[in-house]
Amino acid sequence: MKDVITSPKLHDCRDAFVAVLERLGADNPRVVAVCNDSVGSSKLGGFKSRWPERLVNVGIAEQNMVGVGAGLANGGLLPFVCGASCFLTGRSLEQIKADIAYSNANVKLIGISSGMAYGELGPTHHSIEDFAWTRVLPNLPVIAPCDSIETAAAVEWAAHYEGPVFLRLSRVGVPDLLPAGHRFELGKANQLRDGDAITLIANGTLTHRMLKAADLLAGQGIEARVLNMATVRPIDVEAVVAAARETGAILTAEEHSTFGGLGSAIAESVVAEAPVPMKILGVPGIFAPTGSAEFLLDEFGMSPAAIAEAAVTLIARKSSRI
Amino acid sequence: MQPNDLDRIARQIRLRDLQAVFEAGAGHIGGEMSAIDILTALYFRVLRIWPDQPKHPDRDRFVLSKGHVALAFYVTLAKRGFLPEEEISTFLKPHSRLNGHPNCTKVPGVETNTGPLGHGLPVAVGMAKAAKLTGAEYHTYVLTGDGEMQEGSNWEAIAAAAQFELDNLTLIIDHNRFQQGATLKDTNNLAPFPTKLEAFGWDVTEINGNDMDEIVPALERRGSRPHAIVAHTNKGHGISFMQDKVDWHHKVPNAEQYQIALAELSETQ
Repeated sequence: MKDVITSPKLHDCRDAFVAVLERLGADNPRVVAVCNDSVGSSKLGGFKSRWPERLVNVGIAEQNMVGVGAGLANGGLLPFVCGASCFLTGRSLEQIKADIAYSNANVKLIGISSGMAYGELGPTHHSIEDFAWTRVLPNLPVIAPCDSIETAAAVEWAAHYEGPVFLRLSRVGVPDLLPAGHRFELGKANQLRDGDAITLIANGTLTHRMLKAADLLAGQGIEARVLNMATVRPIDVEAVVAAARETGAILTAEEHSTFGGLGSAIAESVVAEAPVPMKILGVPGIFAPTGSAEFLLDEFGMSPAAIAEAAVTLIARKSSRI
Repeated sequence: MQPNDLDRIARQIRLRDLQAVFEAGAGHIGGEMSAIDILTALYFRVLRIWPDQPKHPDRDRFVLSKGHVALAFYVTLAKRGFLPEEEISTFLKPHSRLNGHPNCTKVPGVETNTGPLGHGLPVAVGMAKAAKLTGAEYHTYVLTGDGEMQEGSNWEAIAAAAQFELDNLTLIIDHNRFQQGATLKDTNNLAPFPTKLEAFGWDVTEINGNDMDEIVPALERRGSRPHAIVAHTNKGHGISFMQDKVDWHHKVPNAEQYQIALAELSETQ
């Protein structure tokens, strides 16, 4: 693990996505990009200039975009369907269900600018429901990488996986956390720090905040385990159960509603396999007020200091069992 | 195969469909009867397909967007050799792969899962676009209902097909003038379809969709633009008391009606 405190260089994970996409495109002529006028926001300009005919821009029409993606896959191509996650998943959910997941189409859905990346643009542009909407669908892995290294690894993995994938990316800068050369494994969490007092679990833009919180806790003599759990479906039951049994408490944080996301998926395993005190941090089931993504994460109790404080409160519940 | 032979096959498919609806106690018989001549022409004359190789890369693609007439599709696929004919008797039974809407992961010959309306045409646009990108020579056909054209996703796809110059795509609208509970006219009347489709940049052919002499040449027509066939059909075609009656969207005949329908379809053999 790299030191996120002293190496604060931040990366936009979209850059890692398109770098791998273009490399895949050079190797495999069947790789095509599909978008809803989002050439700029999906950073597909480079792909378009290299292979203009393989950039299928359907215009501002997300339902058609997802259906077209399914048809391209049926015709033997490998489509990466890109759009702002709020529109890709919200507008086209029935297409994702019927044409992609139920039909088991080999389509890679790339949700760009997920979570509250569009901060000040408001709740219409926030995508804090997409884990909940997608993780109930059979056949559809749901993945939110934590940094540019994991993004690159997950895109590479998705290209070689036979079947649908939903990859949820952000545009908010994050530091690199995983080692260079990291290989993505579906449904496998990465332990970034070990400890026995509590386990902190996050993905996407929250993982590095969890690491900072763990650092604050260590300053108070509390050793927290930190898991990066990019895969929301299928959840890593083994890592969750081990965390519950070995540390006795689990705190989760996500750039998503507290309803139905990563925390909920973890809670489902905790309740079934190893009940321990647990708290889910996220957007508490409301439409967010105006503010940047970073501001809103702090606002909803996900600053490193607030996460550390929530952890201390949760650890106290371990003994009292309340 | 000549039109007379196609008519004979269509009648056999109608009979099997009627029998399966009666036995299963469910089905969408009205829209099945309106579409069966089109399905027959496609599967027994027009489509380039290999039933023993349902995933052959060069196969023509057919998408049944009006997925609720799955039974007519299953009977047609079975008759053409994609699945055992005796399997039709499992329609809607527990664990049968033949449920009320076609599933491509289980039923050979089905290309994509449909059921919710307005899904087939966007997928068909993707199939036709894929052929353009790869140089494949297959043709893509998609059959929608007329009420289904009220779904906005269809018009997104219609615009995209023209933009992509998909001369390898044929849309057939089963224009039986009825939707679930009323006529198209009394609900959200999109007719006349041809002017709208032409305005979007499509070629349009209007036919009697229950007449093989008109269906076959329309399906075989090729041009420089995407092609829509507005097929004027009769809901419940071939069974006098069902024909053009809104009640028969998904009604099931009673024993007496079943005998009358059987007799009518058998007489014309």
